[in-house]
Amino acid sequence: MTLQVALRHQVSGFALDLAFEAPAGITALIGPSGAGKTTVVNAVAGLMRPDEARIVCDGTVLTDTARGLYLPAHRRRIGYVFQDARLFPHLTVRQNLLYGRWFAPRPPKRGPDAVPEFDRIVDLLGIAALLARRTAALSGGERQRVALGRAILSAPRILLMDEPLAALDEARKADILPYLERLRDELALPILYVSHSPAEIARLATTVVMLKAGQMVATGPASQVLADPALAPALGLREAGAVLSARVAAQEDDGLTRLDTPAGPILVPQVDLAPGTALRLRIPAQDVMIATETPRAISALNILPATVRDIRMGDGPGALVRLQAGDAIILARITGRSVRTLGLTPGCAVFAVLKAVSVARENVGG
Amino acid sequence: MSDWLGPEEWRAVALSLRVSFWATLASLPLGILVAYALARWHFPGKQILNGVVHLPLILPPVVTGYLLLLTFGPQGPVGAFLADTLGIVFAFRWTGAALAAAVMAFPLMVRAIWLAIEAVDPRLEAAASTLGASRAWVFATITLPLIAPGILAGVILAFAKAMGEFGATITFVSNIPGQTQTLPSAIYAFLQVPGGEFQASRLVIVAIVIAMGALLVSEWVGRTVARRVGGR
Repeated sequence: MTLQVALRHQVSGFALDLAFEAPAGITALIGPSGAGKTTVVNAVAGLMRPDEARIVCDGTVLTDTARGLYLPAHRRRIGYVFQDARLFPHLTVRQNLLYGRWFAPRPPKRGPDAVPEFDRIVDLLGIAALLARRTAALSGGERQRVALGRAILSAPRILLMDEPLAALDEARKADILPYLERLRDELALPILYVSHSPAEIARLATTVVMLKAGQMVATGPASQVLADPALAPALGLREAGAVLSARVAAQEDDGLTRLDTPAGPILVPQVDLAPGTALRLRIPAQDVMIATETPRAISALNILPATVRDIRMGDGPGALVRLQAGDAIILARITGRSVRTLGLTPGCAVFAVLKAVSVARENVGG
Repeated sequence: MSDWLGPEEWRAVALSLRVSFWATLASLPLGILVAYALARWHFPGKQILNGVVHLPLILPPVVTGYLLLLTFGPQGPVGAFLADTLGIVFAFRWTGAALAAAVMAFPLMVRAIWLAIEAVDPRLEAAASTLGASRAWVFATITLPLIAPGILAGVILAFAKAMGEFGATITFVSNIPGQTQTLPSAIYAFLQVPGGEFQASRLVIVAIVIAMGALLVSEWVGRTVARRVGGR
């Protein structure tokens, strides 16, 4: 299942012009506000008529302006999770969840096209206790999970999520992120996910499409785009950082967890997961130091041998260094003066130093 | 009770209830349609429709009644056509009283429903359409339940207005006992006769009881519906 989008649209202020493909998994649409992310999602949903577009989902043409084709929203089989949940206030949670099912085509009971089972989705989202409630009594996090369930249970061909976590506080976000990860891994659907938050994207996205003023700046696998120093300014320098896929190796006696990563073993504060569990690790560039000799007598626990791939000098005093550590790419944000003092050039053998504590809990995702 | 009111008075009360019931019921679908059009659609002539709907609120009722007579009377273009083709006659019949009451009450009904529709968040309707509901289904399952309190308010306002309608009715269909003599026209007729104050005052009490009863029922139903729709 894939979604292909080619879109040209004149909005007041700027022109939207882009084309990308979203495979199964989460494709994150990122970029500053006003970049046209929501417009793209609305065009896919059929809530907005673009000037010129060809949008194809899994072989079904949703919009093709060249041929005058425009499938109305209700026949697109889209699951749309809005930033503001948009639950129906006159229906119970159960009725909200089942709303889309009235209209979904009667599916085969078994097989790949079977409608996701009600009980399974309710369990997956942890909303079984809410079913009889009215929506006004729900908290923000609960509303968003119900909205998610409602979209999935309409048996969509694709899920659209427009900043589904933006209206929530950090604690609620942390509650929902695991559910999104399970959705990504358990449903074979393309998911188009609009977000501002690099931490969220690092944790969830398989593919990244970066927009700026209606134009596509970059697209590719999340680990590549997020570790590209050229794109770091667009993401926000503070937020720049590499994403590593890791696996829990062992729990140490002193409250640390050892992870196996393509960059080598990394120690993090205890993660309550069984050995062998796969997770993602985000290493913010500003938490990585570079040493040219083996650091001795240093409190940092994680010292990874690496090679300098390239160096990108910033407009200010900073520089972003891309390091090859084992099979992984790590970004380090250091000063231009350090680059000169250490004599860093592409090909240099160095050590990447990251403090164990610098890998924050929120940056460890499954 | 039947001894208390004379047969003529009973007829006036029963006729008023029947006229108001049918006036309200028959104009409700059109009222919802017009309110929806005014709240949501953009079309040429929208201001004209708005004006025509509100005209009975502003015109003297006698003028409205006279215009109805010109249009729906036996010599009127619409009245003659309906009488010839469908056999529906309005002039000097209770159906004419119902038509006059419906026209007079229409602006109140439309305004109440219009306000309710404007209060519905279109984003909820967009959400329903992404879940597979066509426009008709969105209206039936989302819009209609959400505007139910507004519809109810409109219905009660219209019913009350129809119960009290006098000027247009008496101009259009006159004041024939048993045919077109509604509660207000009966009270008026009794007051024209010397010694009729006693009968008139009994009808006044009936009018007050019906009005209070309608108010209480509407309060109760309104609260129940609002609670259900409000999601509490």
